[in-house]
Amino acid sequence: MNTIAERIYDFLKEFPPFNMLIPDNLLSICKSIEVHYVEKDSFLFKTNEPVKDKFYVVKDGDIGLFTATNELIDECDEGDIFGLRALMRQGSYLLSAKAIEESIVYSISSTLFEDYIASNTEASKYLMSNLVSNYRKTNDDLQEHHFLGKPNNTDSVIQDFLEEQTADYSKNPITCSPESSIKEAALLMTEKRVGSVVITQKNKPLGIITDKDLRTKIATGIFSINESVTKIMSSPVIAFPKNITVAEAQIAMLKHRITHLCITNDGTINSELTGILSEHDIIVIRENNASVLIKEVKRSKSIEDLKQIRLRAQNLLKRYIEQQISITFASKIVSAINNSITNKIIDNAIKTMENAPPTTFAWLAIGSQGREEQLLLTDQDNALVFDDVPKTELKKTTDYFLTLSKKITQDLNTVGFEFCPAKMMASNPKWCLSVTEWKQQFKQWITSPDQDNLMLCTIFFDFEPTFGNHNLVQNMAEGIFESINSHQIFLNHLGVNALKNPPPLSFFRQFLVEQSGEHKDQFDIKSRAMMPLVDAARLLILSNNVKAYNNTILRYEKLIELEPQNEELYNDCLLAFKNLLRFRTEQGLKHQDSGRFIDLKSLSKANRLELKNCFKAIKEIQELILVRFNLSQFL
Amino acid sequence: MLWFKKRDYPDFWNDYSNHFKKKQDTNIETIRFVVFDTETTGLNIKEDRILSIGTVAISDLTIKVSDSFECYLSQDIFKNDSVKIHGILKEGNHIKIEEKEAIMLFLNHIKNAVLVAHHTAFDMAMINASLKRMGLPKLKNRTLDLGYLYKKTDLDRSTKNHFSLDDLAKLFHIPQHDRHTASGDAYITALLFLKILSQLKLKKKLTLHELEAPISKIGLL
Repeated sequence: MNTIAERIYDFLKEFPPFNMLIPDNLLSICKSIEVHYVEKDSFLFKTNEPVKDKFYVVKDGDIGLFTATNELIDECDEGDIFGLRALMRQGSYLLSAKAIEESIVYSISSTLFEDYIASNTEASKYLMSNLVSNYRKTNDDLQEHHFLGKPNNTDSVIQDFLEEQTADYSKNPITCSPESSIKEAALLMTEKRVGSVVITQKNKPLGIITDKDLRTKIATGIFSINESVTKIMSSPVIAFPKNITVAEAQIAMLKHRITHLCITNDGTINSELTGILSEHDIIVIRENNASVLIKEVKRSKSIEDLKQIRLRAQNLLKRYIEQQISITFASKIVSAINNSITNKIIDNAIKTMENAPPTTFAWLAIGSQGREEQLLLTDQDNALVFDDVPKTELKKTTDYFLTLSKKITQDLNTVGFEFCPAKMMASNPKWCLSVTEWKQQFKQWITSPDQDNLMLCTIFFDFEPTFGNHNLVQNMAEGIFESINSHQIFLNHLGVNALKNPPPLSFFRQFLVEQSGEHKDQFDIKSRAMMPLVDAARLLILSNNVKAYNNTILRYEKLIELEPQNEELYNDCLLAFKNLLRFRTEQGLKHQDSGRFIDLKSLSKANRLELKNCFKAIKEIQELILVRFNLSQFL
Repeated sequence: MLWFKKRDYPDFWNDYSNHFKKKQDTNIETIRFVVFDTETTGLNIKEDRILSIGTVAISDLTIKVSDSFECYLSQDIFKNDSVKIHGILKEGNHIKIEEKEAIMLFLNHIKNAVLVAHHTAFDMAMINASLKRMGLPKLKNRTLDLGYLYKKTDLDRSTKNHFSLDDLAKLFHIPQHDRHTASGDAYITALLFLKILSQLKLKKKLTLHELEAPISKIGLL
């Protein structure tokens, strides 16, 4: 019995690679662990000191790894491992480990490491691929983490009937002979615009080369381009017969961690190659699934049909997320489906009105829906704009559109887009206006930018017409720019507003979570991580006088184009936003809620690294805004 | 007469006491400390009994989990009142050993280490009372008291003299797992000891002697 060791066990079992060890082995490690208390600014080891016979895991606090020139290379917090690379390399430390704040650190001896960790295939593999090169985490690495963390995500794939359909593969595989040089193969791939080439002998697949091989084995200088393709090909290939289902294909790809399957006559590698099935082909199949849903929307007969389609769209989204399909793509699909459902409802609503609309109008999605960043089923946020009518007709026209909007919002509610509690809906007389009225409204917000009006700007500036006359909307948007141009000070106010949520200085500290209320001790990912990036993008795009860019990702892409000197920063923001959007969607799907409030304790190591990188981007973009809009005098 | 009497002591006591013949290490940086805690049936040194002992050693100012000791004692004296504090039932699911065996193992574990506890005087008195029942002398180890060390940091300017382990753990942001198990409390005490020691080190180089409480300041609680 060892109470202390058990407590350490409870901590370590939450973190890779310790969670991969068998419990008895982990407990043995815990029984021999050493516990260090490191005061702020003191060192565990310093550059050039001989490597100690152990590596470290942070229990509490924050340990910084510094170069000899005192440059901070990496920060380690709860559950992070460091000093392992040095232990494997031996010799002396290349970096210093200094406590950025007071920390409690466990150390594990090399003997324990060899006995219990290195001997575990999964754990050592994890360490090799993830920790030995963990400086400057790239987005790809993080995605890989997700992948490792979810070995069972094929289950849901199998259950889905759509997956039982046969995968559509490419029937004209590009091949070359084993005698070809790598250069020839690459030229062939370039010419045919494909990501892979199969090396065949007598039509039987010997091996395969993909873009990744060229990146990891050629561009790195390991092999010369004049060597034979056989040097770098993956062999043997994984082969299947032509009637492989989507589910089988995906399981095979997940299982073997590959992106291409060979299709052969009898499904073995000893028969003729007839095709190639890539991960990309699978994605195309999924996209078709989405288009099937949109078609069904058009054919639907009742609100109940639409409700079912909306639920199926949610399942589709779930699979996209599980399979790491790009979040941009996923949000486009979800928005497309949502828009088609909304439009179908509007169509039906118009038909139930006694008269046709008295003038042209447009239905607007606003806020996160307007930015097409709302993947989860949330409450509706919308508005309506109609063409200007003679003053005498205004009352009657407004009444008509209000009646119409009430029908529409009612139906949207039935389908599952619940009523907005703050009444940001077209059925609210405040948000069902003519073009001129909208322009006046925007002007009023812009000329008197108090806290409430700024809040409304952040919602209503992000609109996207889903139905009706787009020219009206353009006219309305121009009004915004006219007003801003004659009241430039507004941008400073918007800037101050964009800075009101600074990133947390350090992760997992008390102040970071909500201090009170229903979500006490949870992290508000929406207002603390996503909104700062959304607000920054909106401000910068408005100040660049760019119209019709209403999506945060598109806005950063446009900003990169406009300000190439800031490419790195904008790109960081873009990635951060994508990661956060994916993360929030994942959380929401997992907990059947909006995904907004997150229990920090439930986060995996990979998630936390991801969030940490996001905060870095937020900090930098806010610094840029502070300087560019000269905001220090306002704060 | 002393040499004669000594011969009468059991081997385990002689082994223990032999550790004190060599000159002791007094360098704080390298010395072996044993941080310990006892759970008892109550606070009366004569009537109450030890229910469990938990320790963890510190050397090179690092907590060595492998150098720890934990045991539960079977006692005839049992008070239901104290169960709600330490949670040890008379017929609990812990493997229990005789008091004599527990003391033997404890002595074998601590050797000549400097003992550290929170309210050390009380835990020492409880162990010494056990030793007395076995016809043995008192513990020979040098001792440090966490509460006294904390007062020395001057972090607390109040006139308050008593700080519970909970108070201190809160002050030093130490999560409180396993409170009121001897081992759990010993571990928390060990972390606190390292933190307080580093506070004291900020002020000057420490000697073991400076850390020891003057006799008059040792109260039982």
